[in-house]
Amino acid sequence: MTAAQGAITWRHDLEGALGDARAQGRHVLLDFSAAPM
Amino acid sequence: MRLVGEAFVPVRVHVKEQADAYAQLSTRYGVQWTPTTLVIDSRGGERHRIEGFLPADDFLAQLALGLAHSAFAAGRFAEAERQFREVVDRHPDSDAAAEALYWAGVSRYKATNDAAALADTAREFTTRYRDTSWAKKASVWAA
Repeated sequence: MTAAQGAITWRHDLEGALGDARAQGRHVLLDFSAAPM
Repeated sequence: MRLVGEAFVPVRVHVKEQADAYAQLSTRYGVQWTPTTLVIDSRGGERHRIEGFLPADDFLAQLALGLAHSAFAAGRFAEAERQFREVVDRHPDSDAAAEALYWAGVSRYKATNDAAALADTAREFTTRYRDTSWAKKASVWAA
């Protein structure tokens, strides 16, 4: 994970994110991670 | 990371912290390795895949490339061409740039049905990104 990625506020619910993406005309960035949290 | 905030709803599933969601989604999208980052359209379709770590500029270039591929897949060819060109212009030293240059040419051709778009792209590859697989692919378009 880059320092810049560390500044992102991540969500954890894909289905809710897809609904918001549809409403907002955005895409979903889906990150599969094993980085220390 | 302004692009992330403007164009994406970011979701992270952690192999340990969200183990159940990770198992479900890694199966759904065929993910076998971390980090893997997917650009997903709002219907849940995968439009671009980034496997492995990338420095920030390369990562952002790949995200922008993914958005351009999504526009292309939706048949919005003029928009796709503009977005692919932006990848080349904003991230000229990234690995994504050569791929973006190739697809910018394809997008222009799909938008205009003008074969000159492909010949122009092949010509551009004679001066930029000459040692890439994308230059080889475009070479068949040379007039």
